[in-house]
Amino acid sequence: MSSRFSYRKYIGVTLVALALLALPFALSAAGTAWVRIANLAILFVFLSLGLNIVVGFAGLLDLGYVAFYGVGAYVYALLASPHFGLHLPFWVILPIGASVAAIFGVLLGTPTLKLRGDYLAIVTLGFGEIVRIFLNNLSQPINITNGPQGIAQIDPIRVGGISFGQTDLFFGLSVSGPMKHYYLLLLLLLLVIVVNLRLQNSRIGRAWEAIREDEVAARAIGIDTTRVKLLAFAMGATFGGVAGGMFSSIQGFISPESFVLTESVMILAMVVLGGMGNIWGVIVGALLLSFVPELLRYTVVPLQLALFDKMLVEPEVIRMLLFGMALVLMMRFRPAGLWPLGARQREFSIDKAAK
Amino acid sequence: MDVFLQQVVNGLTLGSLYAVVALGYTMVYGIIQLINFAHGEVVMFGAMISLSVISAAAGSNLPPLAIILAGVLVAIPACMALGYFLERIAYRPLRRAPRLAPLITAIGMSIVLQQVAMMLWSRNILAFPQILPMVVYELAGASISALQIAIIGICFAMMAGLALLIYRTRLGAAMRATAENPEIARLMGVDVDRVIAATFVIGAGLAAVAGLMVGLYYGLAHYMMGATLGMKAFSAAVLGGIGNIPGAMVGGLLLGLVEALGAGYIGDLTDLCQYGTLSAMLETRCADGGNVVLFGSNYQDVFAFVVLILVLVFRPSGLLGERVADRA
Repeated sequence: MSSRFSYRKYIGVTLVALALLALPFALSAAGTAWVRIANLAILFVFLSLGLNIVVGFAGLLDLGYVAFYGVGAYVYALLASPHFGLHLPFWVILPIGASVAAIFGVLLGTPTLKLRGDYLAIVTLGFGEIVRIFLNNLSQPINITNGPQGIAQIDPIRVGGISFGQTDLFFGLSVSGPMKHYYLLLLLLLLVIVVNLRLQNSRIGRAWEAIREDEVAARAIGIDTTRVKLLAFAMGATFGGVAGGMFSSIQGFISPESFVLTESVMILAMVVLGGMGNIWGVIVGALLLSFVPELLRYTVVPLQLALFDKMLVEPEVIRMLLFGMALVLMMRFRPAGLWPLGARQREFSIDKAAK
Repeated sequence: MDVFLQQVVNGLTLGSLYAVVALGYTMVYGIIQLINFAHGEVVMFGAMISLSVISAAAGSNLPPLAIILAGVLVAIPACMALGYFLERIAYRPLRRAPRLAPLITAIGMSIVLQQVAMMLWSRNILAFPQILPMVVYELAGASISALQIAIIGICFAMMAGLALLIYRTRLGAAMRATAENPEIARLMGVDVDRVIAATFVIGAGLAAVAGLMVGLYYGLAHYMMGATLGMKAFSAAVLGGIGNIPGAMVGGLLLGLVEALGAGYIGDLTDLCQYGTLSAMLETRCADGGNVVLFGSNYQDVFAFVVLILVLVFRPSGLLGERVADRA
């Protein structure tokens, strides 16, 4: 409340902002690979925040979230690659991808949102699989998705005259493609966080919370539960679509392999680790589960080679084990997340009368 | 005609396998109203363990049936232990927690089990040793193999055995009482914890046998095979009315038939050339004897989910389910 407190807060925010701005230069000293890893981590933060709207805010377990990510990615790839010979600019495609993903969200939500939580989980899981099967097979009779080969040579983002596919010199600083992506992602991330914070404290956000806590009571106080849940689905899907579009443009190549069930589970693990419904917690959860496996990759492999002269456990396995264990251990011991919100903690306390 | 009959034979084989796996889902759901997300992984472990035993014994001079029996006898207790372990880790500690919590632990457990299986058996698709001689009978224009007959027979025998267990034994009565109302059952002297554990263990035992049969039928096993199989079996359980034992059997058989007939006919049904001239482009592609198939049999895996969604939308209580699904 005091002026000194907010003064300190501003200094803190400024320091964090400066650190985030300088980060890619520090990372590229360790290798451009780390800048790419940071970019993927931000994408996972996007996805986690999107899924957090559905799972965290509204309490709907969506196991097919990766479908919306895939839809966004394919929309981008089809509209900006030699596959159809279309080369639209990214600021045109991104909203299209987001809207198409939102439409998919509504398509999935309309028939299923009347169902209870665990049915919803399995239906969304099936939906994710259906989308993947279609991506794999829609190369015949008309080649739309190019099947398992995926779509390559996706256009890099261009803003003004600056292409994000190459290195440029700004004010004497050499800025590589991944670094440009980083700054763009950071900007988008800021926007996404603001939208999320505003959503949480809005009329809709409170309606979601009411549904999550007790759907019958929420309906009794006049909330149109189906419509509000549908909104959560569409909103989450929109974020997934944007993340997909960015993924497409950053990678330059996509295939159905990137949009499998395990990807959905990974995003869920990030949300659960951070604490469902807790925006800052989810961000930390996503960053942790993005960076820790990469750090392990760089330490576990040499360690194993040094100790046993051969690889016993592949880093990819350790990564997936980490995600699986995170889900189990978090639900057992800290169900409200590493940094729980008060309301969520009360809700998850086991002592509460069983439903 | 013979295509139809052939697909019916294949569908019944597939369907009886789905039914046995679906029983595992439906029993657990009936008793604690939760989906056992890791059940598919138990089936996978059943296939993998029996594959290891059969491969190890394949070189010996034992008769093939004895080798397969040895595989089952190792796989069943191993999977039962796994089922018990799953209940203790993922479900029991969270029995009074919100519904979302045990679902999430079960998903976590299924990821862990997949990775463990991958470490134990590699990430490759493993070939099941073909030690059984291929015996094929002709039946009114369709062929049915001895293996298919055995699978259908064993599945029906297991379903009958389970029905006897549930409707004719003390344990079965305790299970039905717990499903009805766990609190009252406890007051009546039922050890609810043990009954729930027993439900998981019995389901896992059925899953072990199903895993072996799936492996023998397709000749393959893979550490990810449980995911799709589990989802289909769950769809079968919902189709029949989840929580309902005869429902799982009917649902499994129906789903198998839908899948097999669907895969057999969808190519012909969606061949655009038979619907006359729709467009000039189509005409040229149809002219030289080609066909423009919209959806081929590679969409087989979609049927189960379409069935699942249709059932949940139009008849959430399933075909045989008497209870109206709780929508809260």
